[in-house]
Amino acid sequence: MPKVTYIETSGKEHLVELPLGATLMEGAVQHDVKGIVAECGGSCMCATCHMYVDEAFLDLLPVMEEEEDEMLGGASAERRANSRLGCQVRVSGALYGLIVRIPEKQ
Amino acid sequence: MKPQVVIIGAGHGGVQVAASLREAGFDGTIVLLSDEQTLPYQKPPLSKGYLQGKQTDEAILFRSPAYYDANGISLRLGVQAARILPEEKQVITGTGERIPYTQLVLATGAANRLLRVPGADAADIGYLRNLTDARRIGERLAQAQRVAIIGGGFIGLELAALAVEKGKQVTVIEAQQRLMERVLPAMLSDVFQAVHERQGVSLFLKSGVEAIEAAETGGHLIQVSTGQTVAADCILAGIGVIPETTLAMNAGIACENGILVNEYQQTSAPDIYAIGDCANHHNPYAGCRLRLESVQNAVDQAKTAVAHMTGHPVAYQAVPWFWTNQYHLKLQMAGLSAGYDQAVVRGDTATEKFSVYYYKNGRLIGVDSLNRPADHLNARKLLSAGITPDPAQLADTAFNLNNLLA
Repeated sequence: MPKVTYIETSGKEHLVELPLGATLMEGAVQHDVKGIVAECGGSCMCATCHMYVDEAFLDLLPVMEEEEDEMLGGASAERRANSRLGCQVRVSGALYGLIVRIPEKQ
Repeated sequence: MKPQVVIIGAGHGGVQVAASLREAGFDGTIVLLSDEQTLPYQKPPLSKGYLQGKQTDEAILFRSPAYYDANGISLRLGVQAARILPEEKQVITGTGERIPYTQLVLATGAANRLLRVPGADAADIGYLRNLTDARRIGERLAQAQRVAIIGGGFIGLELAALAVEKGKQVTVIEAQQRLMERVLPAMLSDVFQAVHERQGVSLFLKSGVEAIEAAETGGHLIQVSTGQTVAADCILAGIGVIPETTLAMNAGIACENGILVNEYQQTSAPDIYAIGDCANHHNPYAGCRLRLESVQNAVDQAKTAVAHMTGHPVAYQAVPWFWTNQYHLKLQMAGLSAGYDQAVVRGDTATEKFSVYYYKNGRLIGVDSLNRPADHLNARKLLSAGITPDPAQLADTAFNLNNLLA
């Protein structure tokens, strides 16, 4: 199973094993990573599972749909080139060792 | 004795109370009672991703199985709360166990309103409320070709879209003259109606169900008030809900269309709170008492109750928001638009990508966004800050509404 490291703004790290096909949001919420709110539960409705993804993995992530792109435009924290909504990124074998950072607000 | 918070109901609100208590540093015990056998899970995906087969049982869990133990939350599955004794500050379970509380939270939710017409019981109508219902509906859809859905509200129409995507022949029977009439203006109902019809759904509007009979060839025959008959292998219904107030009423807690609460979620009984679908509260965005059936309301009222319990009371004042997904249509609603006197459109209504801004007495009260998610996020911030955009700014899609928040 892919292993993902979540880093909270406090610096606290969580190494989480995710089943293939699970989303980065699900992994964060279920393992109590602070700073991921995920109000809508993964429906791409609320932009509260905003994450910064390790640049080295950007090209390996599923392509961003227009919907996610628009939602990120309304996210509370600064949008960066490596911003994604966790609910829209399903993990694959290619993402083994992925590191994601949690923004300071959602 | 350490304080002990008991929570009845492990939906969005109940689980949020437990999580927020720990986040607030509460060091007493937390008992979370669920009458279901499964770990607490999210409800919105049931009518969408879960029944589409895109989200698994595991994917819709709120938290990992280890979360509850790790956070000192005593999750009691399959436990029915049978009675509350407010004087003794105890909850009695279905098996007679007495659980003491220092504070009690009623997060009991709502039950489906059932169709009461001749033949309804024998027709084994599917209602969607929980995971067990969803699994059953999934099994029945798999065996059906002709699916009839009674009720053209959010749940009914999400199920209709789902059945269409599964290749079923779908009929929707709705009592009002247009879809989702209670919550949407005609211009949005019309878009949804056009899309459902384009997808092949047969719509019966202004139509009640008078009776259901067994067809000789198998399946059911639904007698509609217009005189027509709809044949179906499987009947589903989404015709509203009734708040779960039995426990509260039997305990002498004041109820009226739900459990009456103040702005801190306190009920009429000391140290008993109510949150979510079952809580009748004064909503500042509505200017009156009501119940809201939404994830947002359950979660934010949970936080309000916890803030009060932990000695940092803040009155409930969250912006209401809701959503529905049907086919490619994503509708997000912010605020409460009932009673509006002016509606301004942003975007092109011919494109299925526009937002409607509702004003009352010159003030913005609600925004519905169809396939314009950025507008929705912005609208929640505008409403929360009490900012009313100029209608001319809205009509100009090149104008960045986030500038109003700066």
